[in-house]
Amino acid sequence: MTSSTILKTTSLLLVTLFLIFSFFLLWRGHDEPGGGFAGGLVASSAFALYTIAFGAVGARQNLVIDSRLLIGVGMALAAISGIPSLLLGDAFATGRWADVEIADREIHIGTPLLFDIGVYLAVLGVVVTIVFALAEEED
Amino acid sequence: MDDALLILPMLVPLLFACLAIAVLRWRHVQAALTILNAAILIGLGIALMVVVWDERVIVTQVADWPAPFGITLVADLFSAIMVLLAAIVGFSAAIYSAATIDDRRALYGYYPLFNILLMGVMGAFLTGDLFNLYVWFEVLLISSFVLLGLGGTRAQMEGAIKYVVLNLLSSIIFLTGVGLVYGMAGTLNMADLAVRLRDVEDEGLVLVVSMLFLVAFGVKAAVFPVFSWLPASYHTPPVAVSALFAGLLTKVGVYALIRVFSLLFAEDQAHVQDVLIWVAGFTMVTGVLGAAAQNEFRRILSFHIVSQIGYMVMGLAFFTPLGYAAAIYFVAHNMFAKTGLFIVSGLSHRLLGSFELKKLGGLAKHSPEVTLLFFLCAFSLAGLPPLAGFFGKFALARAGFEAEHYIIVGVSLAVGLFTMYSMTKIWAEAFWKPYPAELPGDFQVRRRQPGMLVMTIPAVIFAALGVAMGVAAGPVFELLERAGEQLADPSGYIAAVLGGEPE
Amino acid sequence: METVLAFVIGGLYAAGVFLMLRRALARVVLGIAILTNATNLLIFTAAGLTRGEPAFIDEGETLLSEPYGDPLPQALVLTAIVIGFGVLAFAMVLIYRAYRSVGSEDSDHMTTTEFEDGER
Repeated sequence: MTSSTILKTTSLLLVTLFLIFSFFLLWRGHDEPGGGFAGGLVASSAFALYTIAFGAVGARQNLVIDSRLLIGVGMALAAISGIPSLLLGDAFATGRWADVEIADREIHIGTPLLFDIGVYLAVLGVVVTIVFALAEEED
Repeated sequence: MDDALLILPMLVPLLFACLAIAVLRWRHVQAALTILNAAILIGLGIALMVVVWDERVIVTQVADWPAPFGITLVADLFSAIMVLLAAIVGFSAAIYSAATIDDRRALYGYYPLFNILLMGVMGAFLTGDLFNLYVWFEVLLISSFVLLGLGGTRAQMEGAIKYVVLNLLSSIIFLTGVGLVYGMAGTLNMADLAVRLRDVEDEGLVLVVSMLFLVAFGVKAAVFPVFSWLPASYHTPPVAVSALFAGLLTKVGVYALIRVFSLLFAEDQAHVQDVLIWVAGFTMVTGVLGAAAQNEFRRILSFHIVSQIGYMVMGLAFFTPLGYAAAIYFVAHNMFAKTGLFIVSGLSHRLLGSFELKKLGGLAKHSPEVTLLFFLCAFSLAGLPPLAGFFGKFALARAGFEAEHYIIVGVSLAVGLFTMYSMTKIWAEAFWKPYPAELPGDFQVRRRQPGMLVMTIPAVIFAALGVAMGVAAGPVFELLERAGEQLADPSGYIAAVLGGEPE
Repeated sequence: METVLAFVIGGLYAAGVFLMLRRALARVVLGIAILTNATNLLIFTAAGLTRGEPAFIDEGETLLSEPYGDPLPQALVLTAIVIGFGVLAFAMVLIYRAYRSVGSEDSDHMTTTEFEDGER
């Protein structure tokens, strides 16, 4: 697969932007529009763009771990996020929140964030697996 | 405690699916994980049974959103029984898969999907929310789509297309019904709906929606006239998949039919009853006639699934506690006998290399163990006393007489004879006829392979359970009648979900 | 507005069913796509339309103030869209694979499983 220099150059920039934006969506997700699903889709579009510009082999290397494993990790994280409340005697997946102080800033984090991260990874894994499979079919 | 017990049947398979993804390359590890998962599910099923034994309905509100706003998980006796049965089928199919599923299918995700399928089935049995039921249906359908198509032979592709298209259509009809119900009643919690649908003024609309659900679940349960996807697809995948599907998928449809019509549309049973009885009668007859025309082991069995679904719908159609009890007994009996038979078809294929009856033969002489297993499962299905099928039909007939529906009882008994005919056909062709060619030289070697032994275990489990259900029919029926009473009078269920005392 | 949407939904169902009755599998899949979307629209319409009033709780309040759009059907439709998307993707790949192994996308040519020994 060959593609133009313009695409290659701009896509490097865009991929970075997409990934940062996807983290932003993931982070603000619980109380405001956004969330793991949207974030995951944005992140996977970054990888899709990279695949178009540089081919599936390079994209696979940049993902570091096998995209199918990503699905498993994501699903497991999402499932595990419900367990703490279960152990504490509440119903499954009841939100548990804590205010953690990191570098003088108070951050409000909880199990729903873990759930969202799980969804993010699972969505990323699924879409990227499909994109890679389609791209390799063409090669 | 209740909270954990209701969520774990979904959580455990999900986590095991994730673990299986992590070890995709090691087929045996995946298989072991899947068997372990199913064993844990059996344990959970037993625990659920113990908890709901004295007619307690247990409820959990996921994420602590109170009903009817959040997703409710509920277990009554019926749900708990179904969870336990499904876990047993899953366990046996997992053992069978361990011996038969090749490296390539394992690498492409057979076992993770197997676990996800179990999660979907468990979710469908335990949810108390209509939309959530739709979601679980999709979970189990999507994984079943892939399990059916995995391997990609031409026959599988053709079967998968029919299966996928018709099941998607039924999902769409289901979703349409869900949308209309929400428009009418403003809630999707099933207990809440049971209360609110009584007050909906436009009774005609309620009837229309109930028919949408009948068609949607009817496709999934494979009733007349929307069963055609089943005999077109169930004989195409590996036997392990056929057996798993035969034991679980249509039964989830039957479960949904019983749940929805006993709980949501309990007010207008007179209209629905006629439709259900006609559907039941035609399902039995067309299924069994279709089977009579077939000469391939698994196709005969597929058509018989359709026929047997008719009996279950018949039990539901009486809307009496005894009818429900008989329907559940029949579901259980059928899960055991039918899954067992599919596994026996796999055993004979392993020994003689074919599913075609004319290419089979001589099994009674050369492999008495497979013959015995077939005998126990097949003649239980045909209704030979003292095996389980006999008591299932007997209970249905009794329920029918009590409800004064004599014609359908007559039809069901006549269909029983035809079932006997089909089973006798396989019995004569595959087992007693001399083998048409020279017996494969390595026949005795194949018979004693360790893989063959492992494959036989699930069939033994099912045959034994069939016999046990027949021998212990009395106590089993006592339990099922209590489950039937609970279904016929849902006030306990409603009170448990919404809080407050039973009416 | 409901009346207009009712006709739109009816038209979409008709189109979807028509496509599903065709023998060419690509059209069947398109029919499924249209039916799925028609159903999503139906859920949305049947649950009641409220124009331009998102269900947000105002600053300093603890309850929603009337009027507001019912958020539940939106959540249902969103879920249904995602499921429909996944299923549609699968169906596409399936017909593509079937096309590759059968050499045709006409459902009339996919009958080998109906006959013994793949005759015909």
